[in-house]
Parts: sequence; C-alpha cells; structure tokens
Amino acid sequence: MAVLNEASVKSKANLIDARGPRFSAVITTLVLAAALVTQSAALIAIQLAVFAIGAFAGPAKTPYAFLFKKFVKPRLKGEVITEDARPPQFAQSVGLIFAVVALAGSLLSIPVLFTVAVGFALFAAFLNAAFNFCLGCEIYLLGLRAVK
Amino acid sequence: MKSLTPLVVVLALAIAFGVWYTRSRGEFRRKKTVNGPKLDASVIGVELGSRVTMVQFSSAFCSPCRATKALLEDMVKTMPDVRYAHIDAESHLELVRQLDIRSTPTTLFLNAAGVEVGRAMGTPKRSQVLAAVNAIH
Repeated sequence: MAVLNEASVKSKANLIDARGPRFSAVITTLVLAAALVTQSAALIAIQLAVFAIGAFAGPAKTPYAFLFKKFVKPRLKGEVITEDARPPQFAQSVGLIFAVVALAGSLLSIPVLFTVAVGFALFAAFLNAAFNFCLGCEIYLLGLRAVK
Repeated sequence: MKSLTPLVVVLALAIAFGVWYTRSRGEFRRKKTVNGPKLDASVIGVELGSRVTMVQFSSAFCSPCRATKALLEDMVKTMPDVRYAHIDAESHLELVRQLDIRSTPTTLFLNAAGVEVGRAMGTPKRSQVLAAVNAIH
C-alpha cells in the first residue's frame, strides 16, 4: 500500500486520455485469456512487465499505451475525455500482484495457483474492457477499512 | 492441464457480474427505515439543505467520482432547497465505517433533519438524481 500511496502523490492531477486505459484493458484481456488457455508462463511474464511499468511509471507509459497513441488515437474522432491517471495506475498495481502470484505458481509447478491468479486478473481486465469497471472504486476503500 | 474451461468460467462470471454492475450503478436505493445518525454541518462541512442534502464520498483511485461531483454540483445550482457536500473517504474513515460506505462514489441523500433516506453507488444519471431528490419531502 505504501508504494501505491507514493505513486498516487507523485501523479496527482495527472490527466490522461481515458480511452487509453480502456484500450490497454482490451489487449490485457486478450493476453491473459491466451495465457490462461495455454498455461503460458512466458505470456504472463510479458504481462507482468507491462503491469509493472503501468504500476510504477504510470498507465500512459506502457507498451499498450504506446500502441494506443501511435495507431488508435489518430483514428478516433470526438471529444477527448480525460481521467485522473491514479485509478488505472491502481488497477495496474493490483494486476501486477496477480501476475507475480501467477508466475510464482508456474515456477513452483503449482498449476492451480497459476490458473486462479490469471483467472482473477482476467476477470478484472475483462470487466474493465467490456463494462468500464473501476477496480479502485470497489476495492480500495474496503482495503483501507480492513487495514487502518 | 491446457483447457478452455477456466476461460469459459471466468468470462461467464465476469459477464454476469458486469451486467449486474452496470445496472446497479447510479441506482437510488431507499432505506426501509430512516434511522441512521443525524449528520450536520460539523460532520459534512456544509449547512444542510432545507429539503435534501446530497453527500458524496470519493477516493483517489476512482474515475467516476469526478464525473459524479461535476453532475451533482451542476444540479444543485437550480435546486435552492438541495445542497451538496463532498467528502474524501480516505481522510474520514471513522465516518465511512459509521455509515458503512464500501465503494466510491457513494452518494447519500439526507432529509431536512440530516438523516439518510437512501443512497446511490456509482455515477447516477441526471434523471435518477432528480427522481431521488423529488421523492424526499
């Protein structure tokens, strides 16, 4: 939580294009779905790296955000809706934790740990992509209430 | 154990949850009995409205909180007997526990006495806010 709080202070009032994290969630969903079906540690390692960049440097710094800026954003019309970078950054941090657990499951040959951790990450990423689900809205306050 | 089963299970659960989530966000849920604590300006930071006060709880990792704040602030401009208060949940955890706020944004609708009549989780639509406010006398 300390890391999350530090990150939140650093990126305060940092507004980004809200469509970027949504696009990233679509790619994340596809990668996690492929990893779940193929039980691929390599795919999870790649996604772990992306989550780590998103969690520490910010959601606008990931390779997926780069793809969005380079190929998707120029083709989008309409008003740019901005959002605070902190909510998607929080979601990336939670994704990172699940990716670490999944990779540990793979390295320790505990396939059920891999499957459950990737399953949770996919659940959240898909909800974000398809329903604009806000993970921070639902779990951050509950977490705070539990620890403080 | 390469299998499609985990993928199908996760997607089915996520779709079911997502449909419920989308439908329930913003919906005004009326309390069966209006028996909560009496809130006043010393707690929520603004004087109570003469008919209704909307109290929004927000947090840092919450995208829809900004949109909700903008909507409610805009709506109270044309409703002289309704006031709006905005509270950072993180720095008011005691109040959050007392009122059992679980997610953000959560907007409480208080009556003239400062007691909660109902609440909405997520960003309500303009029509949902109007209906909620009009149902409180």
